[in-house]
Amino acid sequence: MKLNGSQILANVLIENEVDTVFGYPGGAVLNIYDALYEYQDKITHYMTAHEQGASHAADGYARATGKTGVVIATSGPGATNLVTGIATAYMDSVPMVAITGNVPNSLIGRDSFQEVYIAGITMPITKHNFVVRKIEDLAPILRSAFKIAISGRPGPVLVDIPKDITAAVTEYEPQPKQVADKRSYIDGDNLAEIAKVINNAKKPVIFFGGGVKNSNAGELLKKIIEKANIPATHTIMAAGVLRYDMPENLGFLGMHGSVVANKAVDDADVVITVASRFSDRVALAPNKFAKKATLIHIDIDQSEIDKNVKTDYHIIGNAETVLGELENLLEEKKHDDWFAEINTFRRDIPYSVGGNTIHPKEIMDILSEVAGEDGLFVTDVGQHQMWAAQYLHHVKAENFLTSGGLGTMGYGYGAAIGAQIGTGRSHVFHITGDGSFHMNMNEACTAVTYKLPIISICLNNEALGMVRQWQTTFYGKRYASSEPDRKTDYVKVAEGFGAKGYSCRTAEEFRAALEEAVKLDTPVWIECIVDREERVLPMIPGGGTVDDIIYN
Amino acid sequence: MKKTYLSILVDNHEGVLTRLSSLFCQRGFNIDSLTVSATDDETLSRITITTTGGEEEIKQIINQTKKLHEYEGIFEIDPTDSLIRELLLVKIAVDESNRSSLLEIASIYKAKIIDISVGSMVFEITGKPAKLDSYLDSLKPYTILEMCRSGATALQRGEVKMTK
Repeated sequence: MKLNGSQILANVLIENEVDTVFGYPGGAVLNIYDALYEYQDKITHYMTAHEQGASHAADGYARATGKTGVVIATSGPGATNLVTGIATAYMDSVPMVAITGNVPNSLIGRDSFQEVYIAGITMPITKHNFVVRKIEDLAPILRSAFKIAISGRPGPVLVDIPKDITAAVTEYEPQPKQVADKRSYIDGDNLAEIAKVINNAKKPVIFFGGGVKNSNAGELLKKIIEKANIPATHTIMAAGVLRYDMPENLGFLGMHGSVVANKAVDDADVVITVASRFSDRVALAPNKFAKKATLIHIDIDQSEIDKNVKTDYHIIGNAETVLGELENLLEEKKHDDWFAEINTFRRDIPYSVGGNTIHPKEIMDILSEVAGEDGLFVTDVGQHQMWAAQYLHHVKAENFLTSGGLGTMGYGYGAAIGAQIGTGRSHVFHITGDGSFHMNMNEACTAVTYKLPIISICLNNEALGMVRQWQTTFYGKRYASSEPDRKTDYVKVAEGFGAKGYSCRTAEEFRAALEEAVKLDTPVWIECIVDREERVLPMIPGGGTVDDIIYN
Repeated sequence: MKKTYLSILVDNHEGVLTRLSSLFCQRGFNIDSLTVSATDDETLSRITITTTGGEEEIKQIINQTKKLHEYEGIFEIDPTDSLIRELLLVKIAVDESNRSSLLEIASIYKAKIIDISVGSMVFEITGKPAKLDSYLDSLKPYTILEMCRSGATALQRGEVKMTK
């Protein structure tokens, strides 16, 4: 049948079972929005306050559901406003298709109104991007975009469509849904030899990252951990893959990771790294990472092998496939001595409660309790994010969404919107700080419009806490631009948007507010006053090792 | 830090050169020279890049390049078993006093005169990059008005054919 470009776009979305898109209209995408109007019974479009919010919503939707997130924006500023969201998705390997309009082909290259070369801008932050030059290419390009986004290591793909293409007409034939080119093959060193190294280990540790979540290899990993009796630690991207209370789970590794995890890796004789890229927040001193250990690296992306940390053995492949084969080769073991030694590494970081503020740990404990095991948490970036990673009771990988790689302040609200829409949860808990919240709190209007039961818990310490913490520790308490003297009244602002607001100074007040909030089906903001001097501990400074851990 | 020649086959699409050079720039890899050319297959282009870096860095460059969607093949050219050639055009200021010595040098290096005027001569020379370096060394005593090097282009010897 003959369809115009915008109708073809809608149909390719439908082919790929996309029933939800996020975006913001504008001149260059008027035809596309006209098609969205036509196909509104099959595709629901959620309009945000700002394109950045839409891009984070598509990301949050993808992370929470495992489906590909789709975001649409107009040319020029619409497109550039997506950039942070696309980069966030790229760094955390989230499948996303971003559609941008552009000026008509006849106006391209003439610095036309709202023209920008978004393909050039997004080249380093997408897996691939396309500019559609002729209508015949539109459907094949869109299909490739969906395929690329989910194949191998997932990531964002951008398709830029000039306005004339969205009106041009061509023949359209429906095609089946795109499926991932599953890179399940195993390449690299001999798996049997690697299994032997693991079987002979006296002090093995498994260290895993977000790829375990992406390839649904959590159950397999658990089986290996139990069979071979190996303690495990993880990156922030993999929080919840193992239950927080599983005895073998040492918590997360790196700068603000647990003391026991960092020391166990440092003391291990074999470290099996699964689907992690040894970022500088984990392998702070790459040359000293697990310095006594034989290092094994399993990753889907060949370019991650020896990129940051040089390893002794590597396997390139999908975590699920590799772990599946490895499991058969591993012997049942007992590492009681090693676990006993590890237990001596444990160190509780003391904290005090009471006074006129709430301790972050109290907030996370109450949240975990009230939200229960199905609680879906989305964070922003900063101190609150680290406290959430440290103290929440993680039980499911898809229930903790955070910007790990790019560290995007302002990620949380948009992502929470996408996650709530994608999962239809009775509540989504957006944990934020007063710094991050001010970046994208405008998305409250979106949550109100669509009646999304998102509870934003804002840890207000009247500071950019993480920046200030570094200034306290490394800059002689010279607080340059980290103590904004803001007068925001969160309760009034929430009410102004049409949401409900609470402000709490004690744990009891917070618990009461939260328990009330979960009975409502509207967006809620809960401000929690937190002591400005509270720091995220333990901490290993950048480039440091376990010898440099700051405990208090 | 050794000099490495990479021969890269990519889809002959618009923007592919930008994509590749952007990748090199983003990752902090150095490009000493770069040539792009058509191949016997019109859907493919061959990009020859000369770069310097340690063994690990070259491995990383290759692995990152393989992730490009338009990547079709990459080949690290072994200089001992390959034909690496470059073209040099050099314009030199001449007068009565130096003309004959310049011609003498040109004949030793098998450089061709392709333009001549009252005050200048343009020489063309093709060869291994090292030969061009050495020719330029010999020209040091003279005044070079302008010069242009094409960058290295390379093929493996024998019957091997680099394909997708």
